[in-house]
Amino acid sequence: MLMNLFKFKGGVKPPTNKTQSVTLPIAVAPLPSRLVVPLHQSIGGTPRPVVQAGDKVLKGQLIGEADGWISAAVHAPTSGTVLEVAMHVQPHPSGLDALCVVIEPDGKDEWIAREPLDYASLKPEEVRERLQQSGVVGLGGAVFPTHGKLTPAKTVPMDELVINGAECEPFITCDDLLMRERAEEVVRGIGIFRDLLQPKKVLIGIEDNKPEAAAAMRAAVDALKEPFLVVSVPTLYPAGGAKQLIRVLTGKEVPASKRSTDLGVQCFNVATAYTAWRAIAHGEPVVSRLVTITGNVHEPRNYEVLIGTPMDELLKLATPHPDTDGIIMGGPMMGFLVPQASVPVVKATNCLIAHADRLFPPKAPEMPCIRCGSCAEACPHELQPFEMYWFSRAKNFGKTQEYHIFDCIECGCCSFVCPSRIPLVQYFRFAKSEIWAREREKKASDGAKARFEFKQMREEREKAEKAEKLAKAAAAQAAKKAAEAAAAAAEGNAAEAEAAAPETPAVAVDAQKDAKKATIEAAMARAKAQREAVQPKNIEALKAAQQQEIDQIEARRQAAHLSEAAEPAAAAPASEKTE
Amino acid sequence: MEILLAIAIMALGAVVLGAALGFASIKFKVEGDPLVEKIEAILPQTQCGQCSYPGCKPYAEAIAKGEADINKCPPGGAEGVQRLADLLGREVKPLDAEEKPKSVAIIDENTCIGCTLCIQACPVDAIVGAAKQMHTIIAPLCTGCELCLPPCPVECIRMEVIGENIDNWKWRYPVVEIKAAPLKEAA
Repeated sequence: MLMNLFKFKGGVKPPTNKTQSVTLPIAVAPLPSRLVVPLHQSIGGTPRPVVQAGDKVLKGQLIGEADGWISAAVHAPTSGTVLEVAMHVQPHPSGLDALCVVIEPDGKDEWIAREPLDYASLKPEEVRERLQQSGVVGLGGAVFPTHGKLTPAKTVPMDELVINGAECEPFITCDDLLMRERAEEVVRGIGIFRDLLQPKKVLIGIEDNKPEAAAAMRAAVDALKEPFLVVSVPTLYPAGGAKQLIRVLTGKEVPASKRSTDLGVQCFNVATAYTAWRAIAHGEPVVSRLVTITGNVHEPRNYEVLIGTPMDELLKLATPHPDTDGIIMGGPMMGFLVPQASVPVVKATNCLIAHADRLFPPKAPEMPCIRCGSCAEACPHELQPFEMYWFSRAKNFGKTQEYHIFDCIECGCCSFVCPSRIPLVQYFRFAKSEIWAREREKKASDGAKARFEFKQMREEREKAEKAEKLAKAAAAQAAKKAAEAAAAAAEGNAAEAEAAAPETPAVAVDAQKDAKKATIEAAMARAKAQREAVQPKNIEALKAAQQQEIDQIEARRQAAHLSEAAEPAAAAPASEKTE
Repeated sequence: MEILLAIAIMALGAVVLGAALGFASIKFKVEGDPLVEKIEAILPQTQCGQCSYPGCKPYAEAIAKGEADINKCPPGGAEGVQRLADLLGREVKPLDAEEKPKSVAIIDENTCIGCTLCIQACPVDAIVGAAKQMHTIIAPLCTGCELCLPPCPVECIRMEVIGENIDNWKWRYPVVEIKAAPLKEAA
């Protein structure tokens, strides 16, 4: 199929290192000794745990409920017992803890009752809800909940649906193997997305270093009689970036701080399409994914791995060489060294690379920037990394934003080409997280200010309302008094009334005071009545002897009380006199 | 005659421009002091009163008038002092108090007697509850000002430091490693 392809600017060609792990077919990883399933595995709200320690769970049972619309459910990867719901170290560059459900497998791997659905009979919103409840998220690496991307925009017609099978990052081959071995289900999954979004065209982009995968996908598309186009795109890192692939396939360039949907394009990863199909047609939530295990190992291979499998146990399957000193999650360009070898595999884990200095020699020390401009030439987003570097380094974050630091996809091309070996992406990550932190603080302080001002306004209003109420009551009292006075005057002689007439202001003030006094007295009387109404509860059903005893005590107390009361009364005047 | 004409032209110009300026000063009058707003934007809005002013705005006004120093805001920290100094062209001073980590108030709900005193004390309406009902703090709204601690008659409110978690974790500033050069043997 001939098709006019476009180019994106920049990009690099690192050694792909993909052939090592494609020789063997996908294998299913054995059950690990225990599974640590983090609850927060997707962008958006953290799912709420719905199991407790000691609960028996079945494979595919819900353990974390989606919190909000942009959030996806989490499920038990196998049957077993929940050991604890506790904080564990995450596969995250911070090495910090987050809430995880720890499951001890019982070895039976017993599924819950699965409900296959015919999605053609469902409403679109039911399909989206099913995907959310099945925990389907973008498996390309961003783990954005898929159902959130499946609502067609009302304003822009959907032109193209781009399916990302480019897999441009070195070492990673999980999507390649998925397309080779499970192409039919991938294509059926794309069919679901197509039916929900109703695009005019569906384009499947696969880098031309994966001819077997492209052939398998073409065969599957033909077999299912779908009008999808399988397109081979030139191998150039990062052709698998969503915006880059959209550019190559459609010629559309997504502008800064806009989304591809604004241009009528939506993009999904092939593995996401596969899991969506499993979730709808087989009723299987996302409990496993394909992971490439490669790098410094004897037998690089792709495994179908349960979410929550500890990485060190997984790495043993490929028998790492003895000089392995760490695990990289993701590829060598965008991945990071995990903080602990025992961290679990999550939905975002597409590849584990056994790290050794032999494979990834330590970088020579950083040298000053010579402003050669190589980074700007390599940047696939047409940014100016050296400018952003200067300003990030100087902590001048406003300027970095002027240079569109948030359009940086952290692909690592600039660091890769830098002759001075400056870790540019690290500077950009630092600047981005500082800006986010400041924005969070700003938002919080703006909210606090608004609430503080509202509270002040409310207190003022309450005070004014109270004063108004009192004034009204006083006026009513004064009117009443005046009426009474008038009545009295009518009864009494006219002369007295005439004498009283000039004094009305004074009378009004008096009346106000009287009214206040009266209300206070009434309140005190009420309080007294209440006190008296409250009676001790333990004096019901007394025996005669007890009653007698009480009476005696009461008598004594009264005598004592009287004498006590008399004494201060006598002493008080004396003390006054001395003063 | 020419001199008179020149004077007349200048006078006319002065009248016209003066009128324009006078009109502009009425038409484009700036309400409030823009400097106060800028200062207030830097202050953290905890409304804690640790600066001895009843809120962030009065403190901002005092700074703008030159009555208050810029180092009286502990929640703003050294960074806040730095930013105020940059804005006002004043010298950076060390903070007048100890800088505390950001924390949030927590009510021990078993001990709370529902007296509503803390609700009245909270400047940002971050406490919910009613008379004789349990109170609780809406943690995301709490500014950590500690104003609710003294009024509590049963001392059931404590401050808890907000630690680092995955959501607020920040990438570190890249450190340039400086390795010691290998020692050369004395020749």
